[in-house]
Amino acid sequence: MIPKGLRNALRPLLEAVRDLAPIVLVILFFQGFVLKQSVPNMEEMLVGMVFVLLGLALFVRGLEIGLFPMGEGMAHAFAKKGNVFWLLLFAFLLGFGTTVAEPALIAVSGKAAEVAAQGGMIETTEVAMESYAFGLRMTVALSVGTAIVLGVLRILVGWPLHLCIIGGYFLVVIMTYFAPHEIIGIAYDSGGVTTSTITVPLVTALGVGLASSIRGRNPMLDGFGLIAFASLVPMLFVMFYGMLML
Amino acid sequence: MNMLELFIDTFVATMRDVLPITAVLVGFQLLVLRQKIANVWRVIRGFVYVLVGLAFFLMGLQEAIFPLGELMASQLTNPEFIYNDLYAQGITTIQTVRWDDYLWVYAFAFSIGLATTLAEPSLIAVGMKAEQVSGGAVSAWGLRLAVSLGVAIGVSIGCYRIVTGTDLWLYIIVAYIIVIAQTFRAPSMIIPLAYDSGGVTTSTVTVPLLAALGLGLAATIPGRSPLIDGFGLIAFASVFPIMSVMGYAQVSRWLEKRGKEKEKEEERDAF
Repeated sequence: MIPKGLRNALRPLLEAVRDLAPIVLVILFFQGFVLKQSVPNMEEMLVGMVFVLLGLALFVRGLEIGLFPMGEGMAHAFAKKGNVFWLLLFAFLLGFGTTVAEPALIAVSGKAAEVAAQGGMIETTEVAMESYAFGLRMTVALSVGTAIVLGVLRILVGWPLHLCIIGGYFLVVIMTYFAPHEIIGIAYDSGGVTTSTITVPLVTALGVGLASSIRGRNPMLDGFGLIAFASLVPMLFVMFYGMLML
Repeated sequence: MNMLELFIDTFVATMRDVLPITAVLVGFQLLVLRQKIANVWRVIRGFVYVLVGLAFFLMGLQEAIFPLGELMASQLTNPEFIYNDLYAQGITTIQTVRWDDYLWVYAFAFSIGLATTLAEPSLIAVGMKAEQVSGGAVSAWGLRLAVSLGVAIGVSIGCYRIVTGTDLWLYIIVAYIIVIAQTFRAPSMIIPLAYDSGGVTTSTVTVPLLAALGLGLAATIPGRSPLIDGFGLIAFASVFPIMSVMGYAQVSRWLEKRGKEKEKEEERDAF
């Protein structure tokens, strides 16, 4: 009989193997059969894969015992407290705080400044590019904060999600016509880069926790959807930023 | 590079990324909610696991997957590989780019999109929650497979767009129209989950590889600018999973219905 502790540790590890196997297969196939090359630094790659495996297994275990209970516990506590102001402030800071330091966002906004400078939309000086990149980063962080606030409001009030999102898409389409060409690709991408690995579990737990502790809300119908807001609102904000700055 | 140094670097970077959010959580817990957390040490242990796990995960990716994946993306998009035959004949200036010259690129985009999305930690998190909340009606694995297929298809079409140089917004708007049409037909339980899966697909694992692929394509095809055409693959990877998750629910409902009808028919036939 395997002890329970060991089994708890082994299960995420085995699942991690299953989750990572496809990447290894794809890389080996294309490297060996299409590009017809051997894998360079086989040893380093194997060591790296062991780290990826361990890391993924630890992460999943940590979700189960840490991030999920914490997010849901706080959602229940907010619902019990019944103070909408604190809940919305929390929602805003959760969105803003996780996005403002996001490395992917910092990288994307730097690239975007290059595009704008090369296109002659802003000056090619260091200062102008940096201030443009910083402004873009703040715009996205603000937009994610706003998005989580809107999403939490939706759960509280009970608006149907699809109307909010479809309405948002219409706005995106309309703004696409007016926004400068150079900003559109970045705006569309910014919706995707904002949701980091720590934000997603916390925000999901918050939504599901809120929906299950408020009477008349269904966790399946109302609990999900916060991330959808967090991917939609940044597109609108970034296009608006482009219209103002470029 | 020294492994320990690399680990410390990655760990510090992860900490810096997580610090603002930890401050928000702890601040609200202590100052606003002022409530005891159940199993507080277990939760803290969980946070430590998440931090260390992410640091390990990212370090391993940087060590094992990203360098090779990015190298492969640039090699597969290199004209020397694509126009191997022409180069052998001594022709090195490519006049017109045909979309079907790039079949291996689409195949690579499809399979790397599928594989990296399956390993995406935030999608694993959403899958776990979805299975728990739906009481098992939505399986974590099924959801993740549906999302991964969506990313795979989206990214392949995204590469086709870069090769042919067609407008990004055209594709995205058509995709939105399909999403809206599906929204009114798909089982309502799946819709919030489907919308969410658009956002979770693109993070740690997928983005660096897709960016390398998009930039590689845009940089090597004549007439494309990496700065304008290189963006946009992530947008494809965010819209298509919405369709595939709703599609997954529609197909499973249809199969269920058909199964029931068959059962009924068999019952009728038995009489």
